[in-house]
Amino acid sequence: MIRDITIGQFYPVDSLIHRLDARVKLTITFIFIITLFMVNSFVGYFFVIAALGATIKTSKVPLKFMLKGIKSIMIIILFTAFINLFMTRGEQVIWQWGVLSLTLEGIILATKMCIRLVLLIVGSSILTLTTTPIQLTDGIEYMLRPFKKVGVPAHEIAMMMTIALRFIPTLLDETDKIMKAQQARGADFDTGSLMQKAKSLIPILVPLFISAFRRAEELAMAMEARCYHGDENRTRMNRMRMQKRDYHALAMGVVYILIIFGLRYAARVLPFMI
Amino acid sequence: MSIKINQLTYIYNQGTAFEKKALDDVSLEIKKGEFVGLIGHTGSGKSTLIQHLNGIISPTKGEILLDGENIHKDKAKLKEVRRRIGLAFQYPEYQLFEMTVYKDVAFGPTNMMQSKDEIHKNVVAALETVGIAHDLYEKSPFELSGGQKRRVAIAGVLAMNPEVLILDEPTAGLDPKGRDEILQAIKRLHQERGITVILVSHSMEDVAKLVDRIIVMHEGKVATTGTPKEVFCHVKELEAMGLAAPQVSYVFAALKEKGFDVPIDVFTIEEAKNVLLNLVKQVSV
Repeated sequence: MIRDITIGQFYPVDSLIHRLDARVKLTITFIFIITLFMVNSFVGYFFVIAALGATIKTSKVPLKFMLKGIKSIMIIILFTAFINLFMTRGEQVIWQWGVLSLTLEGIILATKMCIRLVLLIVGSSILTLTTTPIQLTDGIEYMLRPFKKVGVPAHEIAMMMTIALRFIPTLLDETDKIMKAQQARGADFDTGSLMQKAKSLIPILVPLFISAFRRAEELAMAMEARCYHGDENRTRMNRMRMQKRDYHALAMGVVYILIIFGLRYAARVLPFMI
Repeated sequence: MSIKINQLTYIYNQGTAFEKKALDDVSLEIKKGEFVGLIGHTGSGKSTLIQHLNGIISPTKGEILLDGENIHKDKAKLKEVRRRIGLAFQYPEYQLFEMTVYKDVAFGPTNMMQSKDEIHKNVVAALETVGIAHDLYEKSPFELSGGQKRRVAIAGVLAMNPEVLILDEPTAGLDPKGRDEILQAIKRLHQERGITVILVSHSMEDVAKLVDRIIVMHEGKVATTGTPKEVFCHVKELEAMGLAAPQVSYVFAALKEKGFDVPIDVFTIEEAKNVLLNLVKQVSV
């Protein structure tokens, strides 16, 4: 049961998107998220969906995996939709009950909000599904470099993220093992009152914390033994190099921005575009 | 109490890309009072098999019968099954969590709703069996040495008064003294209380010395079963499965090759000593 949990899941296939430089993917995802908030018409959203669809197709990751992320924030999406549907004031009132009123403006806004949230999740999950955690943190470290001058410990942040990601499956395995061991001693996690259930977590949490601390200490020791001392004068085994395809992708990113701005302008000028 | 396993199959992550068959049509019977050794290469399905015996994992196919009754037939009885079949996992000291040794060992019996007197009696008996002195009862389990922690953790399973004790590599990672203490305790349990013991081990020496019967697992199936003498005779087959016979038997095979008149079915140090002493006597005469 506990093995089903997946965080930042990487989908291992070989595709053009997978091969792109992590920095390029980070930049484009960043552009995608920001420009998403500039889209103001359905025509604009249609374009974003088309672009996203083409990217997903190129990435060779099944759509099912992309949509998995949406399930976890379904409640937030529904909540947003509800608020926008009933709380938006407008002229064309369709239905009213007390403070709740359904307006045409509300319906349009709610639809746009939901599309925006779904696109946000799907768009950013392309990044995590096609980039290994190591590449991702390397990319983040590189992108944070300019901020080093103002005291941002870029390398340390990246290293912490790498270690944290590395230990998620280990700790999940450990939890599974400890749960089984305590079950063998008659522990019961499923029945009883809320208080009893909370109490039944102690035999899992205490050993889990102890093992997490033990692992942290062992890892720190192993890193020290290999003379790790942070960022200074550190060279890389795999250096990130921009390829032709990376420049192509960036160029496409620029074109994408231009089209989004063009559509935004068009929606303002042309009255038939909602 | 006998355990019977009928055509047990277990598949991990069924229906996903990570599907893996861990057990494939395993049928076995373990009789009351037996001391069974379970050996096999890493990934042969030993751990999956023993986790089925007390219902921690439910089979994909097949059934486990305890005195003729399917252990999954009545979910309410599963706790009783787990009491009767005690399972000590690998590195059991990593499950210790209580403030004192005594309380930790009492965790199992308390879960089993035993009375206060009963709990006390069982906890003390279990700690005495594994050789933990009285003055350690009120200590924190985290202050103990590695070998002591391991023994306290095993006592935690014993305190439930199981009729069958399953131990997954109880001596892994311990120093020779710690190993001996644990193995001695297990042997005593088997002889004095007459409980059935299933010992999963990578040490062929331990298995040869202790058990009545060996079950060899290979790629999710039972490859062979028999007394240590029967099983260890098939050195070639064992080696093909990534296993080996006890070290001593290789010495005797080499001696035989050099022309000494020695039997080749010597598997324990004790036996070896006797045979060699006899040989030395004969030669000197």
